[in-house]
Amino acid sequence: MSEINPTKIGMKIATRESYGNALVEVGKEHEDLIVLDADLAGATKTGIFKKAFPERHWDIGIAEANMTGIAAGLAACGKVPFISSFAMFAAGRNFEQVRNSVGYPHLNVKIGATHAGISVGEDGATHQCLEDIALMRTIPGMVVINPADDVEARAAVRAAYDHVGPVYLRFGRLAVPVFNDEATYRFELGKGIVLKEGSDVTIFATGLCVNETLEAEKLLEKDGIQAEIINIHTIKPIDRELVVKSAVKTGKVVTVEEHSVIGGLGSAVCDVLCEEAPTKVLKIGINDVFGESGPALELLHKYELDAEGIYRKVKAFVK
Amino acid sequence: MTNLELEKTANEVRKGIVTAVHSAKAGHPGGSLSAAEIFTYLYFEEMNIDPKNPKMADRDRFVLSKGHTAPGLYAALAERGFFPKEDLVTFRHTGSYLQGHPDMKHIPGVDMSSGSLGQGLSAAVGMAAAGKFDKKDYRVYALCGDGEIQEGQIWEAAMWAGSRKLDNLVVIVDNNNLQIDGTVEEVCSPYPIDKKFEAFNFHTVNINGNDFDELRAAFNEARQTKGKPTAIIARTLKGKGVSFMENAVDWHGKAPNDEEYKVAMADLEKVGEALCQK
Repeated sequence: MSEINPTKIGMKIATRESYGNALVEVGKEHEDLIVLDADLAGATKTGIFKKAFPERHWDIGIAEANMTGIAAGLAACGKVPFISSFAMFAAGRNFEQVRNSVGYPHLNVKIGATHAGISVGEDGATHQCLEDIALMRTIPGMVVINPADDVEARAAVRAAYDHVGPVYLRFGRLAVPVFNDEATYRFELGKGIVLKEGSDVTIFATGLCVNETLEAEKLLEKDGIQAEIINIHTIKPIDRELVVKSAVKTGKVVTVEEHSVIGGLGSAVCDVLCEEAPTKVLKIGINDVFGESGPALELLHKYELDAEGIYRKVKAFVK
Repeated sequence: MTNLELEKTANEVRKGIVTAVHSAKAGHPGGSLSAAEIFTYLYFEEMNIDPKNPKMADRDRFVLSKGHTAPGLYAALAERGFFPKEDLVTFRHTGSYLQGHPDMKHIPGVDMSSGSLGQGLSAAVGMAAAGKFDKKDYRVYALCGDGEIQEGQIWEAAMWAGSRKLDNLVVIVDNNNLQIDGTVEEVCSPYPIDKKFEAFNFHTVNINGNDFDELRAAFNEARQTKGKPTAIIARTLKGKGVSFMENAVDWHGKAPNDEEYKVAMADLEKVGEALCQK
């Protein structure tokens, strides 16, 4: 954790910026950490690392597939490369390179994917990756992490470094409120975090949707609905025990993510529940459509991924 | 090794290729046989490696970017003593460590998993860059197919390697002129290959890739070339050494049946005997 600039609850920071800052923190301690970027250092925020460690920041140019292969070669020689690009390219364009050059040989490559989800905003559908979690979680041995705020994102980068093997880290472009308390927060790979206990419905959320769900919960509470809110930062391996326990307790499950309802958190939760505790599930996400241009907050509202949309959907589901 | 010793070794590698593919009833003999001299020269003459210590820290690295010609790599590794030659008959068999395409996790001496065309060269470039970063002397070799270089990622890798002046990297293009659907020219001509690599800031050498004198000269030239990676465009004969497989596109990815296996091995025995008379 950063001791120089402690993050305060309520501050707004994009998790891509957390990524850049955390790379510096972890890179200070580990000289084998090398950051690769594909001409997006300003946007992915690896430029922060470049400033601190220019000799360990390699720009590969606009060639994400090559960047992934180079990272595989670096890892085969004992380095810990973090490759960085937008999720669309890091996971989408790159799927087969990640699968065959990184996943199959289980090389120690970390994928820092920024600009995930519809909150990319104005760039529109071509750049709003809504399929990356689905793609990455099908690769054997791949860890998939979608942090919710700055505190969690920086802890996730450190955890990714400490984990030996490939890790996919999903970050956002939009500045989002910090809700975790840096002083007490602990990141445990593969473990969900119960943010609020409840008895009427369980809401599993990930990424920036966690904070929106916490806001929605306040509205639900006014209506007398006791929601249990669980932050799933690690989508793979998912916290099976916690998913089952909470689903059995409340009997109703909602998942919330800034990702397609096909293959993401919702599917991962359903994969567990259909085997271990069949439960009715409402998947809130992007409903099998492409995104569009617009300011991020307006899009989150339009696609009902903000607190108001989540509140409305959960309320209808619980009744 | 003398050229005669290398030729004898290459012939043994060819026997290993034919034996492995026959036993598997599947695999890629044509492009394995065309590169037998290249595999032999790398593993018996050029590379700093230790079969007793396959993961030796500062060893030279080899990436078989055209991973489907794994039988050639495996036969050379076995001949060099990385694992028992008897294991070649388990190639592609269920439960064998000798997977259809190179698997670095389970095969001693394999430095990178490969097989999806176009990806291996990038990994080799990463290894070469790691060597430069660590100020190590090791060299990195990647073998690509002349059909494989139709993949765009090859040129992404070449552009970065040239731009970063990775003179510890040698790319060998096995230019046997054939790919699955026909000659490389019929499908999508990669020619001129040398000019393309030159344009990507490589030093280039054109050789007969089935000739040890020319291989020796080319690899020495690569070693002496500073400030640029080297591309060796090795003109070879696909299926070389087995009469009915030579320059025959059908033998890209097909295994000989029992009868054909006998003929193939007899061809190679004949070559071996002739070499013993020298």
